[in-house]
Amino acid sequence: MRSVIIITAITIGMFAGVFTSTFYKGWINQRLEAGVETEVSHIQIHHPDFSENFELKNFIPDGAITSDEIARMDFVNGVSPRMVVQAMVASSETGTGIKILGINPEKEKTVTNLYSKVPEGKYFEGVKRNPILIGEKLAKKLKVKLHSKLVITLQDSQGHLTSEAFRICGIYKVGNGMFEEMNVFVMKSDLARFVQLDESISHEIVVHLKEHGQLTPNSEMLSGKYKNQLVQSWKQMAPELGLLNEYGSIYIYFFIIIILLSLGFGIVNTMLMAVMERVKEIGMLMAIGMSKFRVFWMLMLETVLLTLTGGFFGILLGIGVTFATMKSGINLSFYAEGLEDMGYSSLVFPVVELEMVCVIVLLVLMTGLIASVYPARKALKYKPAEAIRIDM
Amino acid sequence: MNVIEVNALEKIYNDSEVKVYALNGVDLSIEAGEFTAIVGPSGSGKTTLLNLLGGLDQPTSGQISIGGTDISKLSSSQLIDFRLRNIGFVFQAYNLIPVLTAKENVEFIMHLQNRPKEERLTRTMSLLKAVGLEGRENSRPNKLSGGQQQRVAVARALASKPKFVLADEPTANLDSKATENLLEIMEELNRNENITFIFSTHDQRVVNKARRVITLEDGKIISDVRK
Repeated sequence: MRSVIIITAITIGMFAGVFTSTFYKGWINQRLEAGVETEVSHIQIHHPDFSENFELKNFIPDGAITSDEIARMDFVNGVSPRMVVQAMVASSETGTGIKILGINPEKEKTVTNLYSKVPEGKYFEGVKRNPILIGEKLAKKLKVKLHSKLVITLQDSQGHLTSEAFRICGIYKVGNGMFEEMNVFVMKSDLARFVQLDESISHEIVVHLKEHGQLTPNSEMLSGKYKNQLVQSWKQMAPELGLLNEYGSIYIYFFIIIILLSLGFGIVNTMLMAVMERVKEIGMLMAIGMSKFRVFWMLMLETVLLTLTGGFFGILLGIGVTFATMKSGINLSFYAEGLEDMGYSSLVFPVVELEMVCVIVLLVLMTGLIASVYPARKALKYKPAEAIRIDM
Repeated sequence: MNVIEVNALEKIYNDSEVKVYALNGVDLSIEAGEFTAIVGPSGSGKTTLLNLLGGLDQPTSGQISIGGTDISKLSSSQLIDFRLRNIGFVFQAYNLIPVLTAKENVEFIMHLQNRPKEERLTRTMSLLKAVGLEGRENSRPNKLSGGQQQRVAVARALASKPKFVLADEPTANLDSKATENLLEIMEELNRNENITFIFSTHDQRVVNKARRVITLEDGKIISDVRK
């Protein structure tokens, strides 16, 4: 009975630990995936002064040449030179400040997966003149729909305030409200004409690598080659993502260690009870000639087996629930409206990582071992002659 | 031949500042095949003597020689091993392992002795038969009566082929029928297989069956009668 209770406790604890970690890991991975593959891509190159105030004149000199050069490098998967302009956008209802990214839709496909995240309308298709791709959040804010007209006002390269009409060809959804609200995409040729710059001019060169594992060396290599420009990897551009990537797992392990620690105390308590309840039995075993080592080993084994059984079921349950929810995801939007504004998707798909499961199993085993030592030692302190005669 | 030789045995408990002489100069020898009862009022030193003979406690001074080995000189781990190979125990409260069956309880001690499996099984079966528990081999202790549990305990004590069996008030928890039954079995084992039994007891029925009665008082032997 006692064993069942302790196994159940460990099972529930480990289930909570494993499921939380797969859930959290899934969440982090999604955030990273969205952050890197949709929003930032791997490496971005700007004019050193550009990010201060997004001035049109701070473009990358010889941007077209640079971008072609990088595209030919063998570690590069894709390059997209962008024209970036700060502007005001207005619908018939209201207006707001935005950042316009002038892109070549085909080249953009090689650096981000934005094209695959357009549930409404199409990625630069279906609108002949001045198509614009905007985020879902911005569409809501401006109260516009697909094929609505938007008027963009900006200061062109000559310093004149000028306006032009664009038509929404698609509404993208990336699960990051801030990004959706700030960034709109238009054809680079349209934007160039609009601001009166040559189409070959770029303010931002986005690079997607073949191997993400080579991020740091590749980005260092590029920044060595283009000394006059600012070369930044996504870890530098979005430090909060890098932090998430590096400390996410540590956070999970801490969480599990805390669970195991409290379980460990529970185990110690239960096993102490077990030892005290069995004083006579243990006394008898020592009296008839069971060595101290064997008694110690017996009690330790019992604790470890209890822990492992509970741990096994808990981990199994955690992985089971993870697999069950992996496909469809877990919808949090009901509880957390603000999540998407912070860039966290409210639909979470948990993931199981083999490495993490292995580490958890090891941690469970260690907990069992450590928790078993004290009760087992306690048992050895009894003198058999006294233990046998204790009245229970 | 003497199985047990005890010389000038003393056991002093230093409770607070007063020395308590639990045993105060006991000399005793017990031969193989004896059927001995140790009697005496509470506090006379019966339990202390039994603990010392069983190697469960160390004397303050004096020697206890069992089969030629002076156990007062053994370390505690050597003592454990010595108990395993030389002494059989029967306790007042049976002290069987509740999760094991009668058979497993008997077999367990041979397991500790690392005996081969075949031998364990045949010996367990013959011992359970000898104590009249044929057919109850697979019962757990809670399915057995007190008398039956104590008979399992006797079988367990004998399983290790000990030089003698120490029984600490073995009948204290038994009704008269079970007591008689148990005593008969022990007598039979004593007679047929020359097994040495030493009891500590208050029970007159046990005293009546004993062939030697040693009476203790205040830590000393005051009478030693052979019938």
